[in-house]
Amino acid sequence: MDSTTFVAFLSSILFTIGALGVLLRRSALLIFMSVELMLNAANLAFVAFAHRWAQLDGQIFVFFVMAVAAAEVAVGLALIVTIFRTKRSTNVDDLAALKG
Amino acid sequence: MNPDLPVLIVLGAVSVASALGLLLSRNAIYAALFLVLNFGVGAVIYLVLNAPFIAVVQVSVYAGAIMVLFLFVIMLLGAERLSPGENPPGMSFQRPLAIALGGVLLGLALYVLFVRQPPTTATALADSSPMAVGLSLFGPYLFPFEVVSILLLVAMVGAVVLTRNR
Repeated sequence: MDSTTFVAFLSSILFTIGALGVLLRRSALLIFMSVELMLNAANLAFVAFAHRWAQLDGQIFVFFVMAVAAAEVAVGLALIVTIFRTKRSTNVDDLAALKG
Repeated sequence: MNPDLPVLIVLGAVSVASALGLLLSRNAIYAALFLVLNFGVGAVIYLVLNAPFIAVVQVSVYAGAIMVLFLFVIMLLGAERLSPGENPPGMSFQRPLAIALGGVLLGLALYVLFVRQPPTTATALADSSPMAVGLSLFGPYLFPFEVVSILLLVAMVGAVVLTRNR
């Protein structure tokens, strides 16, 4: 088994654990961290395939994914802080009302 | 025998263990620290895969900036104590269904990666130094790079507007 195959395998396992975290956890913060885990798993696959096909473009895409993840975290955490101010909770089951 | 494989197996074991720690943790601080460990291991895997620039960006952006932001928010809100994962009221089927769907997702990913497209022979990356990455970023990828800078500016303004005290 070469390195790329192993890392692609690892990437799919990590992505599944992240997806399970989004589905199973009830805290908005934990769901958000699981999304970061899924993005990281996708980055691993990008770098693994950049390694196999000797192309730099995979690494460039990882750079862009990281920049988008940073922007997403800044806005998402601001949303969680704002919701916590009104609802006093980060549990997603408490956010069932559509009316503010 | 691939000389990198034993290193990757150890790193992969630590990576999966820290991801499971994130999934099962009862305390948000511990979950965030497990995620930092996962990102650190990811940086070492990038080094093994001959991507030094991405490895350093991973440590400084992910393990550094993003996770520090997470820890700040957890401590600011005092939300580190998590309720044990329960089914939402009236949805007792949610957890078994989620685990079954996760298994389906893993099976599909492995099928697409390994059965439908068998691995081709590996070739070595000629040059993946930070200089080559930089030349590519400011050459063929200049326009996406500028778009990302605007995206980061918009995100910064959005975060300030959302958390402003009224």
